[in-house]
Amino acid sequence: MEQDRIRNFAIIAHIDHGKSTLADRILELTGALSAREMREQVLDSMELERERGITIKAQAVRVHWRGYQLNLIDTPGHVDFTYEVSRSLQACEGALLVVDAAQGIEAQTLANAYLAIDGGLEIVPAANKIDLPQADPDGTAAELGDLLGEPPERVLRISAKTGAGVPEVLDAIVERIPAPSGDPDAAARALVFDSSYDQYRGVVAFVRVVDGRFETREPLRAMAQGTQFDAEELGVMSPARQPVASLSAGEVGYVITGLKDVSRLRVGDTLTSRRRPASQPLPGYQDVKPMVFAGIFPTDSDDYPELRDALERLKLNDASLSYEPETSQALGFGFRCGFLGLLHMEIVRERLEREFDLDLLITAPNVAYRATTRTGQEVEVHNPAEMPRELERVEEPYVKASVIVPKDYVGAIMELANERRGTFDHLEYLSEERVLLLYELPLGEIVLDFYDQLKSRTRGYASFDYDLAGFRPGELTRVDILVGGEQVDALSLIVHRDAAYDRGRQLVERLREEIPRQLFDVAVQAAIGSRVIARETIKAKRKDVLAKCYGGDITRKRKLLERQKKGKKRMKQVGGVEVPQEAFLAVLNLDSERRRS
Amino acid sequence: MSGHVRHLYVHLPFCAHRCGYCDFVTVVGRRGRHAAYVDALLAEFALAGEVLAGEVETVFLGGGTPTFTVPSELERLLGALPAAEEVTVEANPETVTPALARLLRAAGVTRVSLGAQSFQPPLLEVLERHATPEDVRRAVRRLREAGFDNLSLDLVYGIPGQSPAALDRDLAEALALEPEHLSCYELEAKAGTRFAHAHGLELERQAEALEGYFEQVVETLTQAGFRWYETANFCREPSGADARDLRARHNLGYWRGRDYLGLGVGAVSTVSGERRRNLPSLGRYVAALADGRPPPREVEVVDEVTRTRERLLLGLRLDEPLRIAELGEVLDEAAVSRLAERGLVELATDEDGAELRLSPRGRYLGGGVTVELMA
Repeated sequence: MEQDRIRNFAIIAHIDHGKSTLADRILELTGALSAREMREQVLDSMELERERGITIKAQAVRVHWRGYQLNLIDTPGHVDFTYEVSRSLQACEGALLVVDAAQGIEAQTLANAYLAIDGGLEIVPAANKIDLPQADPDGTAAELGDLLGEPPERVLRISAKTGAGVPEVLDAIVERIPAPSGDPDAAARALVFDSSYDQYRGVVAFVRVVDGRFETREPLRAMAQGTQFDAEELGVMSPARQPVASLSAGEVGYVITGLKDVSRLRVGDTLTSRRRPASQPLPGYQDVKPMVFAGIFPTDSDDYPELRDALERLKLNDASLSYEPETSQALGFGFRCGFLGLLHMEIVRERLEREFDLDLLITAPNVAYRATTRTGQEVEVHNPAEMPRELERVEEPYVKASVIVPKDYVGAIMELANERRGTFDHLEYLSEERVLLLYELPLGEIVLDFYDQLKSRTRGYASFDYDLAGFRPGELTRVDILVGGEQVDALSLIVHRDAAYDRGRQLVERLREEIPRQLFDVAVQAAIGSRVIARETIKAKRKDVLAKCYGGDITRKRKLLERQKKGKKRMKQVGGVEVPQEAFLAVLNLDSERRRS
Repeated sequence: MSGHVRHLYVHLPFCAHRCGYCDFVTVVGRRGRHAAYVDALLAEFALAGEVLAGEVETVFLGGGTPTFTVPSELERLLGALPAAEEVTVEANPETVTPALARLLRAAGVTRVSLGAQSFQPPLLEVLERHATPEDVRRAVRRLREAGFDNLSLDLVYGIPGQSPAALDRDLAEALALEPEHLSCYELEAKAGTRFAHAHGLELERQAEALEGYFEQVVETLTQAGFRWYETANFCREPSGADARDLRARHNLGYWRGRDYLGLGVGAVSTVSGERRRNLPSLGRYVAALADGRPPPREVEVVDEVTRTRERLLLGLRLDEPLRIAELGEVLDEAAVSRLAERGLVELATDEDGAELRLSPRGRYLGGGVTVELMA
């Protein structure tokens, strides 16, 4: 196909604004799939994605429209995957910006639109869901026009659900989005914008060829990581895999690499041919680092090998998931896992529980910290229990957060942001009713329960997005929890100095409620270093006897005690105190409790 | 008799009425069948009695309400059983007539255990007990008149509606009758009983308050000169006038892990590593023995480890020490030192080796401590 007959585009939209439905309609309309073959939301292949209505793994599909080859690159729709989104957009010359005409622009729309604009993409705006009675296509078109600096008439009015306006969308893609401009004769370069793992064929890379031409069985090299492999198969998705002999500049397709580990071929890397290697990789490769960490432990310690296997298998398909073994005296053997963000963590947890049928205990998430000890040593800390006590300084990750709310809720947002150590950046009216607020916030405050607070304080109207803004020093302190004088590693936390007392108090009170009374008094304490900041006592039981035991019921009484013994063996021992698993669960869920109240 | 067993239990299941909290094997009324039942008991005795030693140490008639049994049948039974140093019969106060008291005495009974439970009419009503406080006092008087010098009273505490003051009154009333022995049980709402259905929630609510009742019982009785020799059992300390050891010898046999033979419907025997439990059906029990067959029963093997574990759990109920060497691997040695440190277990060593017992506070927590000590 001639380069000028190719159009590469993505669809960007806020959750539930109709991206997947539009993709389905395009496949149907271009004949890539017959209506009979059509499954709702074909592109979201994983069960979980379909259920949550979000796209986790981007895919690329080739369709044909009036003599043009259109490559639709689907992007992940969530803040945790910003880098993946940016790489997907980098593979395109244009983007369809879809906004629900009943909702208007949301924070994620903005974030992704800015990503696309920054990437130099041509934006084709569309107001979707015009079939809904409460839709306001004119208002939405005006908002979009303002955002893009275009006349509102350029905004398409469509209904992905009914198919109204969808042919016009395809026409606009052909007319407005430029053809790819790579050099077909230069040394071959292709951008890896996604990858997945096929259990028979290894890593499958999704690529946009920028320059030159790749042939099947060509020896390749990933320029950033240096990984070498042969192109076992080249092909395009239409939407099933369809092998082709070659992929040329401007085209989008897949490469079967035979690699057995997704982490050896990261999104953003540049593929080149080892026969005629390019001298410069494509710009923008980043090694994405996890920012949110949590301990994952099997509820039943016998399940540890299953958890390890499950993580290994998830990691095959998810290069951004990291994990390392962790041993907690309270929770046993498990893993400290790193995630891109909270949603990523949720997805991993759900997949572990659903696809691998594991019963898990997950500690409260924390962010990555950069600590400098008094001796000048610098360490990155992923687990509060590993935070050095003798600290010179600690840095924590900050984000630039954008929140869009109806104007009546501006006060509520400001209050929340202030509680969470936010720094106000600016405020902007998107329309008479809707306001965009920009804040800088510590990521640690967001992983707590920020999103839930945001939703509850704005009756669900607020939309929220963030982007990492680097590490900043913070007045942070480590709070340890002690039961019976012994530190409970799983419950250590890092908090801002001002919040330490309250959080310590809450944890200690909660533990007092959850730990059953023992044969002796048990002190539950929160401490900063050796200074106790909160203390509760679980008073000893005064009576624990079997009322009577004679010849007729010795067996029954013995069995009763043996059962109790068995139950105790299942409990975790901390400081000579048996703590039921439920107690840890309840305390680790402290944040979700607060959410509910 | 050629065996080694020195303790004999005989179960008499008949009652005038089934009390709401009772979970024993009982049969209401059926006076017409008492004779057939005693026949069956004697037939079982003939079949199983060979395990008994030539000299039986204790005989215990429990129920049910043994004294509800038709007197002539009770007399026939007692007459057929071996004589023993201690022969105890359980009695409900309202059944103790002067004639019955004399009958028991004449039949060789040495000790009577009276189910008093409480001296507060409203609480007795909650328990569905038919004896009045006056019945209890009268029964004690009649037994004394018949010559009994070893009486025990059963008391129950933690009855829904019982205040600490009411418990004090019950204890005082019981002490005023000058019994040689007292058994005090916390009321348990056992699953499946009518009582659990009616009062289970109420009992759960007062669970914490009930903890103090146990302490109150122990403190009151020990101050009154009683020995707290088992978790729920108290006997008058020997004094100049009466130097007898007034512990219930039959029950001591259980707590010390001795073998015992049990006769009757639902009765349990433990003999030479085998525990046999007669099934609770009266009809099948009587029918089998009328046929000359042993009664239908379950058999459980009590191996050495289980037996030692029982030795631990039963022995810890007593105020006398256990020899650590005899407990072998069923004892968690680390738990012993941990609990000793916390003042729940007391250790001592003499020429025969180390021994262990629970401290007074350990005894209040005996169940939990036992679980800790089990390996």
